[in-house]
Amino acid sequence: MTSPTTTEQRPTAQHQEEELTGAEIVVRALRDEGVEYLYGYPGGAVLYIYDELFKQDAVKHILVRHEQAAVHAADAYARITGKVGVALVTSGPGATNAVTGIATAYMDSIPLVVITGQVPVALIGNDAFQEVDTVGITRPCTKHNFLVKDVRDLASTLKTAFHLAATGRPGPVLVDIPKDITGHKTLYHYPEKVSLRSYKPTVKGHPGQVRKAMQMIAGAQRPMFYTGGGVILANGAEELVKLVRRLGAPVTNTFMGLGGYPASDRQFLGMLGMHGTYEANMAVQNCDVLVAIGARFDDRVTGNIAKFAPHAKIVHVDIDPSSISKNVRVDIPIVGDLRQVLAEMNQILAEMDHPTDARALAAWWAQIEDWRKRDCLHYIQNDEVIKPQFVIQKLYELTGGDAVVTTDVGQHQMWAAQFYGFDRPRRWASSGGLGTMGYGLPAAMGAQLAEPDSTVLCVTGEGSIQMNIQELSTCLQYRLPIKIACLNNHYLGMVRQWQEFFYGSRYAMSYVDALPDFVKLAEAFGHVGLRADKPADVEPVIREALRLKDRLVFMDFQVDPVENVYPMVPAGAALSEMILV
Amino acid sequence: MRHIISILLENEAGALSRVAGLFSARGYNIEAMTVAPTHDASISRMTVATRGSEEVMEQVLKQLNKLVEVIRVQDLSDGPHIERELMLIKVHAVGPDREEVKRLADIFRGRIIDVTDRSYTMELTGTGEKLDAFIHALDPGMVIEVVRSGASAISRGAKGI
Ligand SMILES: Cc1cc2nc3c(=O)[nH]c(=O)nc-3n(C[C@H](O)[C@H](O)[C@H](O)COP(=O)(O)OP(=O)(O)OC[C@H]3O[C@@H](n4cnc5c(N)ncnc54)[C@H](O)[C@@H]3O)c2cc1C
Ligand SMILES: Cc1ncc(C[n+]2csc(CCOP(=O)(O)OP(=O)(O)O)c2C)c(N)n1
Ligand SMILES: [Mg+2]
Repeated sequence: MTSPTTTEQRPTAQHQEEELTGAEIVVRALRDEGVEYLYGYPGGAVLYIYDELFKQDAVKHILVRHEQAAVHAADAYARITGKVGVALVTSGPGATNAVTGIATAYMDSIPLVVITGQVPVALIGNDAFQEVDTVGITRPCTKHNFLVKDVRDLASTLKTAFHLAATGRPGPVLVDIPKDITGHKTLYHYPEKVSLRSYKPTVKGHPGQVRKAMQMIAGAQRPMFYTGGGVILANGAEELVKLVRRLGAPVTNTFMGLGGYPASDRQFLGMLGMHGTYEANMAVQNCDVLVAIGARFDDRVTGNIAKFAPHAKIVHVDIDPSSISKNVRVDIPIVGDLRQVLAEMNQILAEMDHPTDARALAAWWAQIEDWRKRDCLHYIQNDEVIKPQFVIQKLYELTGGDAVVTTDVGQHQMWAAQFYGFDRPRRWASSGGLGTMGYGLPAAMGAQLAEPDSTVLCVTGEGSIQMNIQELSTCLQYRLPIKIACLNNHYLGMVRQWQEFFYGSRYAMSYVDALPDFVKLAEAFGHVGLRADKPADVEPVIREALRLKDRLVFMDFQVDPVENVYPMVPAGAALSEMILV
Repeated sequence: MRHIISILLENEAGALSRVAGLFSARGYNIEAMTVAPTHDASISRMTVATRGSEEVMEQVLKQLNKLVEVIRVQDLSDGPHIERELMLIKVHAVGPDREEVKRLADIFRGRIIDVTDRSYTMELTGTGEKLDAFIHALDPGMVIEVVRSGASAISRGAKGI
């Protein structure tokens, strides 16, 4: 491989260089990159690397029970810390098992470096034992990938991988390393900087556009902020809050953007989209200026594109030009790092006198408060059957709203998004774009390692949890005191809900029969299991779980099997056409 | 509308399949695609002929630019440009046809580059339409085989890409 990288030579580095094997280089590079945890699973093609890991303790290796979990754990670690997550797996089945994890991170723009072993260079293409075309398989679900064919390229390739993963629009980068390369020796030099002629993300927004946008926003009668995962990725929450508070405008977050604006703030209208709140969706549909920040107009958010925000001029700030005007035409596009752009906007706003129209805003807020009174998330908790929403609400209260929450995929995921209010960024890790069942538990492992002193909650369903249940064993090995809240409705609930609404209540394969006894299962893995059958059990079970600070507790909540997630915008409908309770 | 896109990219294994994969994964149309190194051996230049609405073309250009190995992308159809394609064509040529084919080749400024007692092989360059026209001018039964390079294109004027 001829690397396109030009690396800056440190003038004094020459005498520090020493001959290292490829495997030593991998471990040294991870150390030099400041990697704390490496999530992985060994196999033939990576044995040299494991041998080197054995000889040191700077990089701590977490042994998962399935490679998919290694990537999910690294992914959640990245979401919570803001650092690049790193995973290591072997060739062939190790790499293919990792693919779901990689695709999950790709869809949500999460920075990862995934190192895969490969068969020796001479055997590539020979249908060798445990050979797959890893670079070919992962090309469409990585930001970029590399096959290293010369040990002299290894250090600079790893550096480039970290650089690509973390900069611009982040994403997973894969480095495929043939086994013989990990045995070859070369001088080790880890470049301090990378400069690629073909990769230079635009970070500074066009000043003229920013000014124009700020004027349009300030002049709005009915402004609305719609902010996404980009705000979390860019660490832009502080600047966002400053701007929105000063403008006095309403704000909604996408599912990925939760925590970007404090949920307990009065200006926050909740999440928008398919399962968004009535007030957020109505405000989007009726605003005259929509300000999209680090959000990509996903179809779960926009509903029917043709009917989306019909009265609005749209400002869109995004670091990825291809996110802009992809689904919805935008009036003022701004390509750049949103934290910088928001900072500039704050500056411009500070220089404006009487920037906003107070009377128009007051009328707009009166309208919004009216929508809010609809109380779209309302549910009734009786004495008989536990409502899933009630469980999340209790979890929120009893953890003081300050837990790190991971989820699986389904109804429980939407209730977590609706009922657990995040006041800070990087407290929420859930698979939004790919919607990967099986994400929750391994993600909780990465989150707990990232935040050893925080309560980490894994909100899951009895369907999803079984997709990576084996990780309970990893949790015991590393004493990860995760609190699992399983909203056990005995259904693949989200599927059942669609079947109820759109397929004549024919519940094809959505009933999960023959469920295990999760309490006993947790105990078999060496953890604590608790069950709540009645609404009155919910609080005591949560209190007991939180009291057992250093134990993993599996809380099995037997919830209403046929509860639905409301509001719901049916596929193809406009955002304002919600099915309400 | 038809668009001719020029792409400069790192001359590396895999770069070509990234571009091809992008077109197929996102459902963009490819009429033709050519690629070869430039005067700088580390850079390849690719020409893609494609069709799509303005919105689709905007995404095509943005998505191409997003590929890490892509250095520069230009839609040549935005301005005056020159397009050329090379065709090698082998035809049956016996009896009176031999003269007829030669005359036709002259009209189209083609060159005969291989001859047997039963066939001619010719090379022609030009726009795609010109090559099409040449094929149509021949009796369909005469054509033995055709190989076309796909369009290469360059902008008019002194400025480079
Ligand atoms: C069952 C289910 C139901 C769902 N329902 C909903 C729903 O009702 N509502 C909802 O919102 N979502 C829902 N989702 C999630 C949805 O599928 C998408 O994942 C989500 O809406 C995308 O969020 P986003 O637009 O914030 O984009 P993200 O995927 O978070 O993308 C981030 C954007 O920010 C940009 N960006 C990154 N870094 C920067 C930077 N430094 N500066 C500027 N820009 C940057 C990126 O280029 C990208 O465009 C659901 C998912 C599932 C599984
Ligand atoms: C790997 C994977 N397979 C299938 C799906 C489709 N799917 C989405 S939600 C869901 C049901 C999830 O059931 P459960 O975990 O019990 O959660 P609930 O909806 O009941 O809360 C399914 C099958 C998916 N998202 N991911
Ligand atoms: Mg369920």
